[in-house]
Amino acid sequence: MSADGKKLRVVALNGLLGYGYPRASLDRALAMEPDLVGVDGGSTDPGPYYLGSGESFVSEAQVARDLEPALCAAAERGIPLIVGTAGGSGAEPHLQSLLTVVREIAARNGLSFRMAAIHAEVPTETVLAALGEGRISPCGHAPELSEEDVRGCTRIVAQMGTEPLIVALEGGAQVVIAGRCCDAGVFAAEPIRRGFDPGLALHMGKLAECGTLCARPAGANDVLVGTIDGDGFEVVPANPERRCIPESVAAHSLYEQPDPNCFYEPEGMVDLSGCRFEQVGERTVRVTGSRLVPAEQPTVKLEGARLRGYRAITVAGIRDPGLIAHLDAIEQSVRAAVNDAMADALAPEDFSLRFLRYGLDGVTVALEAAPVPLPREVGLVIDAVAPTQELANRVLKLARSTALHQHYEGRKTTAGNLAFPFSPSDFSGGAVYDFAVYHLMQIADPAAIFPVEFEDVG
Amino acid sequence: MMRLYDLAATIRSKNAGPFTLTIDLVMPDAESFQRVLSSDALAPTAIAALYDVPEERVRVVPFERVLTIKVTLPRRVSSGAPEDRDVYGCQQHFPLAAIEL
Repeated sequence: MSADGKKLRVVALNGLLGYGYPRASLDRALAMEPDLVGVDGGSTDPGPYYLGSGESFVSEAQVARDLEPALCAAAERGIPLIVGTAGGSGAEPHLQSLLTVVREIAARNGLSFRMAAIHAEVPTETVLAALGEGRISPCGHAPELSEEDVRGCTRIVAQMGTEPLIVALEGGAQVVIAGRCCDAGVFAAEPIRRGFDPGLALHMGKLAECGTLCARPAGANDVLVGTIDGDGFEVVPANPERRCIPESVAAHSLYEQPDPNCFYEPEGMVDLSGCRFEQVGERTVRVTGSRLVPAEQPTVKLEGARLRGYRAITVAGIRDPGLIAHLDAIEQSVRAAVNDAMADALAPEDFSLRFLRYGLDGVTVALEAAPVPLPREVGLVIDAVAPTQELANRVLKLARSTALHQHYEGRKTTAGNLAFPFSPSDFSGGAVYDFAVYHLMQIADPAAIFPVEFEDVG
Repeated sequence: MMRLYDLAATIRSKNAGPFTLTIDLVMPDAESFQRVLSSDALAPTAIAALYDVPEERVRVVPFERVLTIKVTLPRRVSSGAPEDRDVYGCQQHFPLAAIEL
């Protein structure tokens, strides 16, 4: 599908709003006269805590620093600026926090524009209704969903595709701040709206959303420029110290994806198996052949974070070889003592106590054989999770004091077992969540679950 | 005999969503790519045993254009849950990386 021989140029600030980028890169990209500036603002990579708590995993000050020059440039040039997955997780508190940042930047710089905020939090009742009607299925390796899982969630968001962004752009928004949003959609919405091929647009978006991760040297903290035309698109890093090569661009489809030959969006499957990657300039790669196989049934991906308790930890070093050789027995004794001491308040199945033994088996645990010889030192993290912070603190303090003085066979180090680097030795970790929902929900009308709200700023 | 870790140009693991791990084995040349791909140690059965996950959920996808073999498997614990030890899943290339070819 040719859009009348036209081209459309998008600028991706970086791989994630708040990761930083060189100002000179943005200036170079702006000199190429882009039609859109976009940036992805979120990820599930940092875990469920941020969705559950409503906090952001990047600092608000750094978000403002990344956004301000881009917002000023977009307002001056009259081109759209789109931010996907506001505040890291794209739920209501994250969206509101970014909207505040945008309004502050506008006020500081005397900017005025029409802004659209797109909500992505889904009411529990909506998810429960879909579950009851058999419209929910696990995404990837997630387990089957139960009503209890849904009810246990603090927040559930749905990932919007390009449709709600197009609604915002059609409504005259120059600045679009989206809640949870598919990363590729941030850069694909405007090309799709203008009639460019959606397979190419989504593939370009998939590359752009990671900034210059598809370049060499790779980096998520620099500006990428993508230009789509009637039968392909080109990507080039704005920074002359980086270049795209066919291998680096092709290899990007491996990143965080289960299958390098395709990826899935609400619009359908983007088939990359017929892609061609050509070097068309010193630092530019042209891509052709990306193809959208439209979804038969519109679905959105849901993400929900469930509160699992509260955490307290302590960190200690262990040097004594006898101690290192008897860590299993020490752990067993400590566990028994803690269970006994906590019996008035909590049954053993109502809290968790972990001994993470860095240097020995902290990362892969039983998947690998114990090292021979045993390490000279072990870093021990004792981790307690319980229904309240107070209970978690109590479990941890018991475990810590017991472990410090725990006897074991052949003990020579009778004054104390643990080298604590800090006083206080114990830290409250706050709420702990898990992803109880990571599922696909069939929907009739994407617009209905992603309300678009317009506002005239300035 | 050579360790996969020493043979690979890049070997990395990462979450592909909070319930899935994906491990990329980027090989330096076509010969080592074929050598790894045809090894019994890379069969889903062998990988499932290494990671203690069901065999039918392990996928091995060659991506010859960039001499990469992608291994995708379920996480035993979802990312960031109280039982997890690697939120980003980026140190899970072991034990696979330790296999001898």
